[in-house]
Amino acid sequence: MSVLVFAENWDGNFKKLSFELVSYAAKVAEMTGTTATALSIGQVSDDELKKLGNYGAKKIISLKSDLLKNLDSQAYTAAIAEIAQNEGAKIIVLANNNMGKSIAPRLSVRLKAAIGSGTNKLPQSIDPFVVYRKVYSGNAFAHVKLNSEIKILTLMQNSFDPVETANEASIEEREVSIDGALVKTQVKDVQKQTGKLLLTDAEIVVSGGRGMKSPDNWGPLVELADLLGAATACSRPVSDEGWRPHEEHTGQTGKIVAPNLYIAVGISGATQHLAGVSASKYIVAINSDKDAPIFEAAQYGIVGDAAKILPQLVNAVKEVKAK
Amino acid sequence: MKILVCISNVPDTTTKVKFTDNNTKLDSTGVQWVINPWDELALTRALELKDNPASGVKGVTVAHVGPASSEPTIRKALAIGADDAIRVNFEPTEAYQVATQLAEVIKNEPFDIILCGIESSDYNGSTVGSMLAEFLNAPSVSAVSGLNVENGEATITRDIDGGKETVSVQKPFVAIVQKGIAKEPRIAAMRGIMQARTKQIKVVEPVGVSPLTELIEFEPPKPRAKCIFVDAENPKQLIELLQNEAKVI
Ligand SMILES: Cc1cc2nc3c(=O)[nH]c(=O)nc-3n(C[C@H](O)[C@H](O)[C@H](O)COP(=O)(O)OP(=O)(O)OC[C@H]3O[C@@H](n4cnc5c(N)ncnc54)[C@H](O)[C@@H]3O)c2cc1C
Ligand SMILES: Nc1ncnc2c1ncn2[C@@H]1O[C@H](COP(=O)(O)O)[C@@H](O)[C@H]1O
Repeated sequence: MSVLVFAENWDGNFKKLSFELVSYAAKVAEMTGTTATALSIGQVSDDELKKLGNYGAKKIISLKSDLLKNLDSQAYTAAIAEIAQNEGAKIIVLANNNMGKSIAPRLSVRLKAAIGSGTNKLPQSIDPFVVYRKVYSGNAFAHVKLNSEIKILTLMQNSFDPVETANEASIEEREVSIDGALVKTQVKDVQKQTGKLLLTDAEIVVSGGRGMKSPDNWGPLVELADLLGAATACSRPVSDEGWRPHEEHTGQTGKIVAPNLYIAVGISGATQHLAGVSASKYIVAINSDKDAPIFEAAQYGIVGDAAKILPQLVNAVKEVKAK
Repeated sequence: MKILVCISNVPDTTTKVKFTDNNTKLDSTGVQWVINPWDELALTRALELKDNPASGVKGVTVAHVGPASSEPTIRKALAIGADDAIRVNFEPTEAYQVATQLAEVIKNEPFDIILCGIESSDYNGSTVGSMLAEFLNAPSVSAVSGLNVENGEATITRDIDGGKETVSVQKPFVAIVQKGIAKEPRIAAMRGIMQARTKQIKVVEPVGVSPLTELIEFEPPKPRAKCIFVDAENPKQLIELLQNEAKVI
């Protein structure tokens, strides 16, 4: 028996999300009186793998098969299911990101395991096994009981703080018995954004809406983001108009983010926008309309003209930094 | 070549969500039911492909697992342009049941491309599409932001962390679609609404399947603390609050 956690890597490196997952799995393992085993797929060095141990994994299994070079959801599912079965895993933890969402539901069917998808907390209780998850695009939460012997959880990014602990983990390189014929996805081309902080990784996000008035006014917003080490985002009409790139659109139909700080500038706060950002720890709103719904979701607000306020914020941050 | 679009019936996204029966049921008074926004975009893309003779796409069917009361939503899909519809007469409580029923439909009537949305805007599960693919033992591609079909061959763009990948995949497959798959949802024109009246909704009886999960209760979100306003003449104070009070910068 153990808790198996799939720790995704990016070009051979783990990132904060991987450590959040392993820390979460270690805590769930503790609650269920067992230990966490981390699974890595791809070419990852032993030094990098060891890091998973520092976040509480007792054992680290590494799969380096060429068949798993690119994401093929069937091949990945077969591989993870095989490891889960060999390890007698009763709980499997994955990220609630593109990768996790394409594998976890398949595992659920294959292992007849109930899934608690997009949870942002530790299980409420272990027996019965009850998880907490967001529903109605963040307008409510649900307490859901998982009734199967094996359970699958997908954890929302930035919802569990990584916990570093001194711990020696064993690393085992394994093979799985997947058949090449299973791989039915062929990757033809990859286009990567480089050198830019990913919106989904950012701990601070500065986002602009139609209240920015024109694509030419983004200078101070981008400068503020750079100074804060933040990613930039926007509302849907802004990306629809082509003022900002599509990757920046947050909301129900765009990216769902949960940074520590979300600064919404000239964004009205429509439910569909809030659906993608309401899990942020702090929301700041800058809006000329004191009745804009965004102020109901925000902890801090300024009623005023974005064009005037943004440059002043830039200066204020510069001053603070100079100290 | 045939495309199946799986549609879920969800409360309009501006609905004020309230619950009844000790917070175990959505209070549906005054709720407007609509096609899940992603599914509407998936349907739009399927129809765009069918409109292009070079694609080889000949038919677009929609499938829904739900009671007779969701037929207006299915009719709407037919009015937008789907050729026909299948409704599995079953009121699911969770995704595993939905995927089981859809898989049964597809085993009896095969499709080349199956489209699902990335999530239903009600339960936000993001699970039906991939579960369905596993039941069918078919490949699935998630986070699909582009789908093109030429002479029956599909090319897919999927989002990965920090970029995009172009992939090809063996048919039949399930594509789980998101932003980018189509620009604007197609709207039903008068002619489509008239035609939809005569299009067929095939009703099939469900197979038995017990749920793996059980809803205990819903919880409305806790109201956030009231907004603290900073004077527009002194924005610097905001930075101080973020630094010293919230401790986020
Ligand atoms: C199915 C569906 C899905 C959707 N999904 C999304 C989604 O994922 N993301 C999303 O963002 N939207 C989404 N929308 C659209 C959403 O309903 C809103 O229309 C949109 O969020 C509004 O964008 P906005 O706040 O930038 O613009 P507006 O609503 O036009 O608001 C502009 C705001 O700027 C303020 N303002 C004006 N001038 C200034 C100034 N000089 N300084 C400061 N403030 C100023 C105004 O007071 C106003 O509050 C969706 C809609 C539907 C129907
Ligand atoms: N009752 C249903 N009938 C048909 N398709 C559904 C149903 N529920 C969900 N789906 C499909 O599965 C997708 C994802 O839903 P979910 O996993 O519930 O978030 C939706 O966008 C639909 O394509």
